[in-house]
Amino acid sequence: MEQTEIKMSGKDVSVSYGEKQALFDVNLDIPAKQVTALIGPSGCGKSTFLRCLNRMNDTIDICKVSGDIRLDNQDIYHRDIDVVELRARVGMVFQKPNPFPKSIFENVGYGPKIHGLANGKAELEEIVVKSLQRAGLFEEVKDRLYEPGTGLSGGQQQRLCIARAIAVSPEVILMDEPCSALDPIATAKVEELIDELRENYTIVIVTHSMQQAARVSQQTAMFHLGYLVEVDDTDTMFTNPSDKKTQDYITGRYG
Amino acid sequence: MALYILGALLIIASIAFVIGRTKALAICGNNVSSLHSRPIYHGAFLSICAAVPSFIFIVAWTVFSGSVINSIVKSRFAEQLSAMGLPQVEAVLRDAKALAFGGLVGFKDDLKVSASEAYSSLQSTSDLLLLACVVLLVVIGSVYGFKQITPAFRTRHRVEKFVLALLAACSLVAILTTVGIILSLIFESIRFFEKVPFFDFLFGYHWSPQNAFEGAGGTSLSDDNSRIFGAIPLFTGTFLITFIAIAVAAPFGLMSAIYMSDYASLKFRAYAKPALEVLAGIPTVAYGFFAALTIAPAIRGWGEAIGLSVSSESALAAGLVMGIMIIPFVLSLSDDVINAVPQSLRDGSYAMGATKSETIRKVVLPAALPGIVAALLLAISRAVGETMIVVMAAGLAANLTINPLEAVTTVTVQIVTLLQGDQEFDSAKTLAAFALGLVLFVITLCLNIIALRVVQKYREQYD
Repeated sequence: MEQTEIKMSGKDVSVSYGEKQALFDVNLDIPAKQVTALIGPSGCGKSTFLRCLNRMNDTIDICKVSGDIRLDNQDIYHRDIDVVELRARVGMVFQKPNPFPKSIFENVGYGPKIHGLANGKAELEEIVVKSLQRAGLFEEVKDRLYEPGTGLSGGQQQRLCIARAIAVSPEVILMDEPCSALDPIATAKVEELIDELRENYTIVIVTHSMQQAARVSQQTAMFHLGYLVEVDDTDTMFTNPSDKKTQDYITGRYG
Repeated sequence: MALYILGALLIIASIAFVIGRTKALAICGNNVSSLHSRPIYHGAFLSICAAVPSFIFIVAWTVFSGSVINSIVKSRFAEQLSAMGLPQVEAVLRDAKALAFGGLVGFKDDLKVSASEAYSSLQSTSDLLLLACVVLLVVIGSVYGFKQITPAFRTRHRVEKFVLALLAACSLVAILTTVGIILSLIFESIRFFEKVPFFDFLFGYHWSPQNAFEGAGGTSLSDDNSRIFGAIPLFTGTFLITFIAIAVAAPFGLMSAIYMSDYASLKFRAYAKPALEVLAGIPTVAYGFFAALTIAPAIRGWGEAIGLSVSSESALAAGLVMGIMIIPFVLSLSDDVINAVPQSLRDGSYAMGATKSETIRKVVLPAALPGIVAALLLAISRAVGETMIVVMAAGLAANLTINPLEAVTTVTVQIVTLLQGDQEFDSAKTLAAFALGLVLFVITLCLNIIALRVVQKYREQYD
């Protein structure tokens, strides 16, 4: 792997939900301005790991996280870290599109408003338009910015959620199976978008589609039963995996 | 008699079920798949054919036979009865029935005795006739049903149609009862509005129905009627108390719902929610005590301490306690709608770096707002219809005031007082109760319709 700046890193990350341990001593570095794909069969802990990166697991009472996760070499589970600020820097897009029951404009403007990123309406409008443009949605919705976001199609809703996430100018965007609820055309659009976003953002994506991982990511990490099995360049991983489990999984023989 | 027949019908139905099922099995030679419908449907079909027509017949017979017998007896003794007034005729017939079927009899005379004999002979004829008809119906029904059972017969469809009809009939009973109540309200109200002009009632400022003299001894004072049946003070009182109640229940109910759904730990919620819902199980009379004996004197005491004159029964006391009463109502309904807001919306908001309170204020509450509004409207219609607390704590005086420290009265309370004790059912005073009931019904109906509409709209919001 070529030498790149490390944006986030996890050391000995273990997670348990109550009695059940979901993640065991995961060590994974996330390089900056690249797409890292997390793959593995269902229930292997890849979403759990993703949710540790912006502490979304905090919203689940019984979830316990141990180990050391760093963003720009800063422990994000440290007492002094404001989780609100962390999540503004590490945004997230979910499996199912979840636009707020508000207008398209308000959906995208929500983040900038709560973080006070815009001085006045003109600036807010600029942020909204720019975010929608970056998410490749602006042309499709420019005439109905004030209609409810829930009225869009599934693929448009997901790109709206991406626009919403980048409106607060995060440094890292976490995506939890962002295309699993979308049809192939909408999926292709989102993948294209991910590829473009890589220029400005560090992206971590959980996916069940091997093709998607191969298409969009530069680094791939394979999880199995809560353990990180293998992590490597995507190209290496898909052509010459070192672990038998990975080989079986990506060739579709198991999982 | 009818009861025995009903019992017999049950037995006949079970026997018919077995026979039908057996025949179905027999005609297919135990090759069940050659039947269009499974054997139990044939059994059910045969028991329906055997028992249901007689059952309907029995019900109809019991409803109508009494009045038919009555009119036969009346016509037989028409000569003797024609000399009497209506109440006397009723009394004679009542006593005759009591003689025939057992019961308390005022005094005996020849007329009553012979009438009672007529009653008992007619009753036994009626029973025999009923029995004969039922037997006939059972036989016809069973034979028809038995013949129908063939492999190709679409029995399942018939049975399912019958079940459908049964379900429809059950819901029809509820609807018809409602319609009956509404019609009786409307007709009695029309009689009231013949005595008191509609607008004088609705927009009159003065309410003192006890001044309405009418009928025996009194002269009809229809001019007065339009002055003493002014309902404005009642509605003012109702709205004043409802307003106070909602002002108490809405913030407390809503904020505890927010706490319960988004802040409280699961463990706390598991204990606290049922505990708060216990409030809903307290009889309103008990709330009434509390209002009249604890809250009202306390308020008067505080008022006097700061130099306000507070009457010992006050709108404030009733409203406060009513508010406490409907807190669990608001809490439970709004907790449900707040919980119904999908977790994914909350996650979406948290993932943007929103704090918990921002998420609740800007995402959860707007999404739940229609449901919350509906909950409040339902709570209001509950408060508008509440009687007991107001009777005990707010008094009976129909003062036209919006001062919460004075005694007021409400529509429901006045309905109760109007119908208390021995009343003529055609005096303006009694009929006023129906008119008040009608107006109250219209108000709560409108509130409920608005609430349901809002809820419907809310259902389309996310997804």
